[in-house]
Amino acid sequence: MPARVPKPRILIGKPGLDGHDRGAKYVAHVLRDAGYEVVYTGIRRSPEQIVDAAVQEDVAAIGLSLLSGAHNVLFKRIIDLLKERGAGDVLVFGGGTIPPDDLPGLEKLGVAAVFTPGTSAKTIIETIDRLLAGRAKP
Amino acid sequence: MAESSDALRAAQEKWEREQVAPGLEKSPELRERFETASGRTVDRLYLPEGDVGDAAARAYQEKIGFPGQYPFTRGVQPTMHRGRLWTMRQYAGFASAEESNRRYKFLLGQGTTGLSVAFDLPTQIGYDSDDPMAAGEVGKVGVAIDTLADMEALFEGIPLDKVSVSMTINATAAVLLAMHIAVAEKQGVAPAKLEGTIQNDILKEYIARGTYIFPPRPSLRLVSDLFAHCTAHVPNWNMISISGYHIREAGASAGQEIGVTLADAICYIETALAAGLKVDDFAPRLAFFFAAHSDLFEEAAKFRAARRLYARIMRERFKAKNPRSWMLRFHTQTGGVTLTAQQPDNNVVRVAIQALAAVLGGTQSLHTNSKDEALALPTEEAVRVALRTQQVIAHESGVANTVDPLAGSYYVEKLTDELEAEAEACIKAIDALGGVVPAIERGHIQREIEASAYRFGQSIERGERVIVGVNKFQEGQDPPMELLRIDEGVAARQVERLRHVRATRDNARVKNALEAVARGAKGSENLMPLILEAVRAYASVGEICNTLRGVFGEHQESFS
Repeated sequence: MPARVPKPRILIGKPGLDGHDRGAKYVAHVLRDAGYEVVYTGIRRSPEQIVDAAVQEDVAAIGLSLLSGAHNVLFKRIIDLLKERGAGDVLVFGGGTIPPDDLPGLEKLGVAAVFTPGTSAKTIIETIDRLLAGRAKP
Repeated sequence: MAESSDALRAAQEKWEREQVAPGLEKSPELRERFETASGRTVDRLYLPEGDVGDAAARAYQEKIGFPGQYPFTRGVQPTMHRGRLWTMRQYAGFASAEESNRRYKFLLGQGTTGLSVAFDLPTQIGYDSDDPMAAGEVGKVGVAIDTLADMEALFEGIPLDKVSVSMTINATAAVLLAMHIAVAEKQGVAPAKLEGTIQNDILKEYIARGTYIFPPRPSLRLVSDLFAHCTAHVPNWNMISISGYHIREAGASAGQEIGVTLADAICYIETALAAGLKVDDFAPRLAFFFAAHSDLFEEAAKFRAARRLYARIMRERFKAKNPRSWMLRFHTQTGGVTLTAQQPDNNVVRVAIQALAAVLGGTQSLHTNSKDEALALPTEEAVRVALRTQQVIAHESGVANTVDPLAGSYYVEKLTDELEAEAEACIKAIDALGGVVPAIERGHIQREIEASAYRFGQSIERGERVIVGVNKFQEGQDPPMELLRIDEGVAARQVERLRHVRATRDNARVKNALEAVARGAKGSENLMPLILEAVRAYASVGEICNTLRGVFGEHQESFS
């Protein structure tokens, strides 16, 4: 049997002031079930705190959950900070109450996937698996 | 045989004589005669018919009883919705005070009967609109309020002695209530004339909703200062709305929702008693707030169970004597978490079922969610349909024509008993940990809710639970929908206004007022009058809260 390759580490973050963490905790839980090592930041983290944690924990991906409507501002800030810190290769995905009209803009910013309410765990895991496999470092 | 049913008839006659008749004298029912769509007369109350044995009659009276009487299983008023329909209260607020004021006037024009103010997150967490922590959040989930100037604009042209106002505000409840009182003063309305509700339920913020500022203990002191102030000066104000809604939204089951909520209530009551208040002086102004989800009978039974359990807690545990202290009065909101982004029109049907559960369960007021809220804040059009849903239930369905129509259903009575038992077990477990505060500090309640949410999610993943349009009956892409957008310019205009207020107010008066707040926080005097003086001086929400942060510190979320 081949040695089990550990799956990469993922940070689940709640930027801004929104305290609705049911979705974030649920996604953290199902990603753990799928074998990922997951770091959850807790609620009400600033973009700086999230990027610090991501760099410190050397994560391959960051999942951001936001239900308050502040996603356009805060996702952008986090992606900018990642680039400033030389961590622009970290995969960023998101979820929450995000109107369809905002999806093209978020994609342009570099958000690799957005999982809106109702997305199944299976879809989330398959998408993350695929996106991370595509980015695997040699 | 005749003798036994006579016992129940006699109790009914007594109830009619002692409760219904005096009530009708004060205010009659909405109609002289209620009838079904086909013209049959509908009675106020239906009771077991025929051969009711003595034992069964006693059991009926102890567990179910008459509306307006202990244990209030059938409702808190003798005539319930025949006397007065529930208040149709739509939660609203976004962007600036002026835009929210326009939405309130629209809602009042559409037949809504009370206002419910949504504040943005910086206001809820005590940051001014120009604080770096407020970036991206100003005006998003509610209206931005920095100073009294914003609150004046929010209620411009809305007479506060005529319109009851509910405010969803918790960590900063003392500041916003002070602003409300100050605006009323400017309208010439005395505090004693104000009617409304302030959420002021900080415990569920640690458990589920997340808008806390200070650690639990100083937060509870603010709650009890507000209680004491309202008891003395704002006597018609519901000074807390103890909320299961957000606990349910976070994933709790129906039984956990009422169990944790009543455990929170116990903590507030103990805090107020410890501060020297007397239970019958404040308990009549404790209000509750629950969710209504789609399992119609379980939800209706939940409200009945909550009323019965609370009545017993108030009478037996707290020895309250005033029957009003035993009554659990509640607001309901349909379940935000049940709304789907897929096929959003289906949400109108979900909301209708949930609203029906709330009405059948005897709610005092109701907010119906709009179909587009899994995607954004609701548009005016979506809000109108949500309000019309309540109006159809009220005026066309006939369910409000008799009190507690589900009573006596084998199924609903059994559900009521089971939910009461589950909630009571939940309270016992929390009591065993030393109460809600230690249970929160240890993460016990948060863990239970998260486990419940995970189980629920997994049952959807496995297809055991069907969500129409999500894991069954799916369609392709939904057609695009008109959604409400909050203009990003709101934040800049709000910051501009705040700077103008800071530049034109009497800053020496502000400084003195804030120093008095800091001194008060270090000591033990009631903070409400000090905060009131600060808001009258146009000190901002952020300035007052930063002053308190300096004394109380900030709460840090604990992880398991």
